[in-house]
Parts: sequence; structure tokens; C-alpha cells
Amino acid sequence: MAEVVEKRKVRLATTSLAGCFGCHMSFLDIDERLFKLIEHVEFDRSPLTDIKHCGPCDIGLIEGGVCNAENVHVLREFRKNCKLLIALGACAVNGGLPAQRNHLDLGQCLQEVYLTGSGIVNGQVPNDPELPLPLDKVRPIHEIVRIDYFIPGCPPSGDAIWKFLTDLLEGRTPRLGHPMLHFD
Amino acid sequence: MKQTMIMLDGMPVPFTEGQTIMDAAMAADVFIPHLCHHPEFKPQGSCKLCTVKANGRYVSSCTMFAKDGMEVENNTPDLNDKRRTLLQMLFVEGNHFCPSCEKSGNCMLQALAYELEMLTPHFDQFYPDRPLDASHPDVLLDFNRCILCELCVRASRDVDGKNVFALAGRGITKHLIVNAKSGRLADTDFSRLDRAAHVCPVGVILEKRQGFAVPIGKRLYDEKPIGQQMERLAERTTKVEDSDG
Amino acid sequence: MAACAERFTGGLSMGASSHCDYLDPILNRYRHRPDCLLQMLREGQEQFGYVHPDAIDYLSEKLKLPRARVEGVASFYSFLHLQPCGKYRVLFSDNITDRMLGNQTLLERMCRNLWVERGKVSEDGLVSIDYTSCTGMCDQGPAVLVNGQALTGMTTERIDRICELIRAKAPLSEWPSAYFAVADNIRRRDVLLSGDWPAGEAIRAAIARGAVAMLAELKLSNLRGRGGAGFTTHIKWESAREAPCHAGKPARYIVCNADEGEPGTFKDRVLLNSYADLLFDGMTLAGFTVGAAKGLVYLRGEYHYLLPALLANLEQRRRNGLLGSPVCSQPGFDFDIEIHLGAGAYVCGEESALLESLEGKRGVPRNRPPYPVTEGYLGQPTVVNNVETLCKAALIALRGGAWFSGLGTKQSTGTKLLSISGDVENPGIYEYPFGISVDQVLNDCGAGNAQAIQVSGASGVCLAMHEFSRRIAFEDVPTAGAFMVFGAHRDMFEVARNFAHFFAHESCGFCTPCRVGTTLVVNCMDKIANGHGTQFEINEIFKIHRLLHVASHCGLGQTACNPIFDTLQKFRPAYERRLRSLDFEPAFDLDQALAAARQMTGRDDPGAHFGLAAQEALGEKA
Repeated sequence: MAEVVEKRKVRLATTSLAGCFGCHMSFLDIDERLFKLIEHVEFDRSPLTDIKHCGPCDIGLIEGGVCNAENVHVLREFRKNCKLLIALGACAVNGGLPAQRNHLDLGQCLQEVYLTGSGIVNGQVPNDPELPLPLDKVRPIHEIVRIDYFIPGCPPSGDAIWKFLTDLLEGRTPRLGHPMLHFD
Repeated sequence: MKQTMIMLDGMPVPFTEGQTIMDAAMAADVFIPHLCHHPEFKPQGSCKLCTVKANGRYVSSCTMFAKDGMEVENNTPDLNDKRRTLLQMLFVEGNHFCPSCEKSGNCMLQALAYELEMLTPHFDQFYPDRPLDASHPDVLLDFNRCILCELCVRASRDVDGKNVFALAGRGITKHLIVNAKSGRLADTDFSRLDRAAHVCPVGVILEKRQGFAVPIGKRLYDEKPIGQQMERLAERTTKVEDSDG
Repeated sequence: MAACAERFTGGLSMGASSHCDYLDPILNRYRHRPDCLLQMLREGQEQFGYVHPDAIDYLSEKLKLPRARVEGVASFYSFLHLQPCGKYRVLFSDNITDRMLGNQTLLERMCRNLWVERGKVSEDGLVSIDYTSCTGMCDQGPAVLVNGQALTGMTTERIDRICELIRAKAPLSEWPSAYFAVADNIRRRDVLLSGDWPAGEAIRAAIARGAVAMLAELKLSNLRGRGGAGFTTHIKWESAREAPCHAGKPARYIVCNADEGEPGTFKDRVLLNSYADLLFDGMTLAGFTVGAAKGLVYLRGEYHYLLPALLANLEQRRRNGLLGSPVCSQPGFDFDIEIHLGAGAYVCGEESALLESLEGKRGVPRNRPPYPVTEGYLGQPTVVNNVETLCKAALIALRGGAWFSGLGTKQSTGTKLLSISGDVENPGIYEYPFGISVDQVLNDCGAGNAQAIQVSGASGVCLAMHEFSRRIAFEDVPTAGAFMVFGAHRDMFEVARNFAHFFAHESCGFCTPCRVGTTLVVNCMDKIANGHGTQFEINEIFKIHRLLHVASHCGLGQTACNPIFDTLQKFRPAYERRLRSLDFEPAFDLDQALAAARQMTGRDDPGAHFGLAAQEALGEKA
């Protein structure tokens, strides 16, 4: 691996948007291979580092789709800073589970949850500017920014993530065949 | 009499008069991707996944009759690329959320996406609103996953003699309907024993209380890629398919 | 109309059978033939206002068809409505030529005047207003259909007056007759349009020649189909003549394709209006030559207004012995013609979809082979010819194949009717011998500043100035007849976008590439139109074009991207100047996607927006 890649370590950032962190958990499922990975990779913004903003990176891994304004800002920050962006997991790839709200009208949802639902007295839709506004529909990330690679799966297995990243680091076009390519 | 042959990706494949390219390929255990085709029913040619190049022309292999000496390209990067795009169209047209689908692992659409290494639906999602129909005591209809292959239409009409299913609308609004004024499956004469209850290649027609009899990970296409299951695909009958899930 | 309103209000509470009795006479007139389902649905709707679920039940029961199949047919055609619609249904023809004449402003004006949203029914149930595909009045647009009747030459004055008439609930019969005037606008006459063709002469000439000799003349003439595909007519006729009939009632059929749906084409309308006898002669002598006893005309729903005169003509011909048994006193030669109306589906112009529709089904193109000449209408050998082709066959019967082949070019014999519209001084019908140059045509019709011509309609070819020396012929620029001229001031991107919407609306939805692909193309084109397009969308369009062109089930899908492909090749700056950037833009309007949440929370701070202001506030830069 070392001969192919430049000496400089590859900078990698990860984040979870409208996801459940399951893909990050699966990333950790590469287990002891993490040690091998950090020989070649250093982490930028990621739940693993607690760095809050993404700096210039080689690779960005995005888990989750886009359900609110903050997701858009984070995604754009990643796009601006990462040479390659990878959609990691079903939600990033096609909206996934959160997108199953898409057949519901957002206004009606908020109304029912905060105003008219049973047991609500003097309800109010939260309007603190600190809170990101939800989008009318949950979207896969490739509808907001250009995405270079996609790793489907809910979550993709640790093996699939490992295979994909090592392919990438070693300069091969990443491929997932049977049985690593899975949508469920 | 001399055996008639087509040349399928350079390999001689015999056929008899009246066989389509798909028939000949199936008999020879050569996989041509397909969704709307099923050996038990009259070929339809609508999904276009089985598009091949015969004597230089793109044709649907399930409806094009084999001709002696016909040169057929099947497993080529160009054709597989087009097939992948067709799959992506089907994926964005409906709501295909595999993680929450009980057909996952037994679904032909998904299996073909694996076979053709489709990693993303690529296009913008349509996210159509398609309410499901749980009215029938034994069978659930989840229209979100319908790919309009009309196998249930054909099975109900040609085998069950019931005409439970039909297509309505046109273009991108085309959709599956059932034979009842209420639009509810419970108000038709549909039965879980019908042939039509067992031909859906995706997760639209689902028998209730059976969804996870075989766990995810142990299913048809978890075990072996669809491209290596030619024998089973060619011999699909009522019996074989009942075990599909 | 009064009866319609009565049923409209009173029908709902009654049982299916009691309030569907208006269908009985229709059922009886069509002798309960299931293949006439589309005709029954159409006529039932004329009576009731829309296709009520009870009507579907009733027809299904009486015709012994599955209910879902009747519903499937009813929901396929644009002009059939499964929901209550306005007592006045106004449809604005939306071909690009109508747009160039200002149909959008007129539609908006009418919607405003009548307080109704496009595509919806007014609250009082009085009126609904929407667009429809080209109605074939391109030389006298903007055109509308009101309750299926064609109106031409709309102006703001006429629209305002129509609004008053609608508000006053005046029946169409009391509207100014000038609104319904449809002109032939014949501008150049060659052999067909300059001749006087007495009814029946061509039939008698064919009978005198005999069927075999008639076929020989047709072969000598080298007549090719005028509907666009250009298939050699004598081969079609000969194949149908020689094909064995199939079990049941052996029969052969002559079908006239008068489903002139290609945007920009209206020459068949003129032939049907002023040369119907020549057409019926052509059909009848085709029947004589092929051995068919029945002819069917599939008339597009938009030309409904022609029906009474055509039916009267057929009646006249029966009285004069030109139809019936026998025809022209020729023993053993029986022939009659019936007319079926379409109901708003461009795809039915495809011959096998047309046959499906004639059989009362959804207009979905069949798999071929078998071709109609061996298994066509009701499974029997069938000749399907365009209106103009059949008229030309009649000329050949009269004047001989050698005479015909002396006109035009070697590969493209005879003359061709062009429907010319757009930025020209004299829009209308021009008949030329094949081989005429585009330049000459432009000169004749008074197109001073043309930058582009769309030849043969939306599915045809877009010619740029450097190609105007090309010739109209099968071997150079083939055409089904449309010739739409675009002046230098026109936006060729908007031309292509109009066609993209047309194809998405008209896709039958049978095959995946066309069903989904035409909508994907519309999304790309709309994104570019809205100023959010990038190079990415242009690449997407090319990719979809390459797929649709080869993998679609029928010509509709195969040609659906042609106008976009052509304009991208020849008028690329029209696209590029609309592109936001060359990189990537979101698939949807991000700021708009927050609108629902903004409304519910009452927020309007920078964080509640996307866009320049919000980006500055948050320290982002685009």
C-alpha cells in the first residue's frame, strides 16, 4: 500500500447527517484493521476526533441523507474541502429510512406533532434560530452536491468498507461484488 | 436436419423454430438479465433489461425470435451499462428501500442491481406517493415497489382466470390496479393460493405472516448471485417459486 | 348539456344500473362489441360529463370485461375523465407554434377571468382549463378545444368573450360560429390538390384494372407511406393480400391512420375536410386489391368536429353504391367503412398501438413481429396506411404507376403535402414534388429570417441554416409533413423543452426507458430553464438519449430525445447561456424546500434560508 500512495498520510473526514451512526459503527467493525488504516490515514473532522469543522482533506465519508438546513451546510463544507466524497450507506445513497417520511406533508407533520396531537396544550412549533429547519423532503446527498463514490448497504459491512477504502488507497477503482454488495 | 444455432457472445447456442433468443439462452444456461420475463408466461418485452444486440440491432431478447446464424451480443460493457441505467430508472421511479423490505434477498430487482454492480440510483429520486393496500386477510400489496412488469396481470389472467390485476394510467403515472370498484384487494376474488400471489419479482405482492420465515442473509440471492442461478430461473414453476418467500 | 348537468347532480345517489341507462343506447348501437369499448366510454362521457365509476361497472358487466380492464382503458386516454370535470372543458393546444402565438398569456388570462387554477375544476363545477398536446391547427392558432370542439385563432378579445359565454352558461351552439371556423389554407397545389376527383372514379379504375394489375401499378409507382416511416406501399398491400386469414371469422382489413398527432402536422385534416372522397376511394380500392371487406378510419379525437361531415359522406357513398354490397356493382366485392375516434393519445399514431386502440384497448404498441399485414386488427391481415398514402393510391389507380413515378425523385416518387407553420407569412398546406429544397419552401411560404426548421414534427429533425439547401425526400430529409419554422428571435432551447414535455406526457409507459427517461429529460430541461442547470444536466440528457434511442419499445421513445439532441448539437449556446455553472447544482430548489418549515415556525432569519443573504450571514461563499 505504502509504495503506491504518496508518503503523506491521506486525510480522511467523516460525518453523519440524517443517519443513525450505524454506518460509523460498521466502520468501526473493521476492528484491528483500524490500526493498519491509521498507518496510511489521518482523521480530520469525524466523531472519532471530535474536530468540529472540516479542513482540506483527501476523502470525505458521508453517512446519512439530507433532512435539514444544517445537513446541507455540513455537506457543502465537506464538498468544499474534500477531494473525494463518498456516500456511505443506504441513507446517503437514496435517503433511506428517513426518506420514508417523504410521502407526508411536512407542514401537517409539524402541526400534528406540536399543535394538534393528543395531550398538547398551548403547543408551539419550535422556532429557535439555533434549530435547523427541516427540508420538505429528505434527499440523498448526490442531489445536493457532486458525489464521487457510493457504498450502499444498511449498513455496509465492515468488510465492504475496508475493501472499498483499500481499493481506493491503492489506486484501484473500488468494486464490491457478491457478497459484499448489499442494499439491506 | 441441421441444428439451427445462434452465436451468443461467440458461443454457438442451439435453438428450435419459434424459440426466442431468451428461450435459447435459458436452455443453454446462459444468463440474460431480465425482470418482466418468466418462462411460464407469454413474453412481454417491457422492462428492456434483456436488451441484447442481435446482428447489430438492439432488441429485447425475450420477444425476438432466434434466427439461424444470428450473432447476439449479451454480456458486453455497453449492454450492461445500459441495463444498469434501466435499473437506476426503476429504482428512482418507485420507493425501493431495501432495508425495510421483507422481500430483500429474494428480490430480482435487487439481485440484478448486485449482478450489474449498481452502487447508486444515480438519478434524482421521484419519491412517489403510493399508499399500500393491507385490506386482504392473507396478502399485502405495497405498490411502492412496483416495477410494472405485469407478471401478476398475466398470471391472474392466464393461469388463475381471474383478472385480479391490471394497469391504469399512462406514462410515468402508469400504475397497478386491482379488479374492484373500491380499489381494495379484499374486494376482489384474489386468494393467496393464486398463481399471481407468487410471481411478483419484487416486494409488491407479499403473503402476510411469512415475511421473515427465512432470515435476511440466508435468502435466494444472498446465497448465490442471480447470474449463477440459470437452472432455477429457467425452471421456475409454481412449486419452485413458492419457496422464494 | 342540460341532460348532462342533471345527471351530474342527480346521479350519485342512485344505484349503478338505474343511472347508467344512458349507456344502453350506446351499447346497443355498438352491438355490445367489446372492441368498441373506447367509443362507448367516449360517448358515455359526452352524455354524463365524465366516466363515473358506476359507468365502468356497468360497461364491464354488459361487455363481460374485467372491471380493471375497463378502468385501465378509461385511464389511458387524455380526453377521458374519471373525475368530475368542468361543464366547460377548455383545453389550450400547447404545440410550440401555439406558444409562439401567445397561448400561455391567453390561458392565464382565462384562468384569471374565470377564477380557476389551471388543471383544476372551478368551485362551481362550471369550467376547467388546461393545456393539451398539439390539436393540429398550427396554421391558425392559438387553438383551443372546448368540450372536444375545435376553436381557432384565439385572441384576447375572443378569450374574454368566451369567458362571458361560459359564465352565461351559453351552449356551444350559441357561440359565434366564426370561432369554430377551420380554414384549409391551401397555398400551393400540385397534382393532388389541383385535381378534381369525382367520387368513385378511382374505385372503378381499380376494378377495371383488376386487383393484380392494380398491385403492379402500385409497384411501378414506388409509392411509399406518407406517415413518416416510408414503407413501400405495394409490399404492404401484397403481404396482406397473401397472408392467410386466421380462425374464427376470416377477414382482412384496411385501416386508415388519421391519428394525425405529430406536433405541427395538419395536412390530413385538410384532406379529410376537402378530399374525403379521394381518401374513401383509396380505402375502398385498397379493399378491392387486398381482398378486404371492411375499412376503419382511426380519427384523432381532436378532429371530432370533422365526424358529422365524414359520416354524411359515407352515407352518401352507400346510397351511390360506392360502399356496401356490392361496391360499384362489382359482384363479390363488398366493402364498408366505419370511423373510430381516438381520445387524446399521440402514441396511437404508431400503427400497432392504433390497432390496440381500435380493438378498444389501451393504446400500447405491440411486439413485432408479427406485423399488422399478417396479424393486425382482431388478429387478421391488415393494411394500415396514412390518409395521404391512401389518397395517393387513388391517384395511381386513376393515372397509373408510371405517371406517378415520373413525379418527385427516383427513391421518393410523387408529391408530398407539407403543413407549414411558425414564423412564416403564409402558413398552411403546400404540395410539392419530392426533392424540393428547404430553401425553396422557405422562399415560397415567406420565411424571411428563419434560423431553424423542425421537419416532420417533434420526433423529426431540426435543421439549422447551413442545412437549408437539403431536400425534402426519403433519401435526404424525410418527413411526415410537419414543417415548423423558427425565426431568428426564437429561443431554440424553449422549442426543445416544449417537445420534451410533449413526449413525457404522451409516453404510454409500457417500457422502462421511455416511461422514466422522458420524465428524467423533462426534469433536466426544467432545471436548466429555471437557471439551476449545469454541464451535468447536459451530459445526463446525452446519456438518456443514447439509451432511449436504442432500447425503447417503439418510435415514440426512440425519437423522444431527437429535438433535444439536435438543438444541443446545433444551438448549444441557447442551453449554455442558461447554465448556472459548469459544475453541479442541487436537484431541487433548496430555499423552497425550507418554505413549509418557515411557514410553520414563522421564522425568517438567515438560518431559515439558503441563498446569497444566508450564505453571507453564515460566512459561506458560493
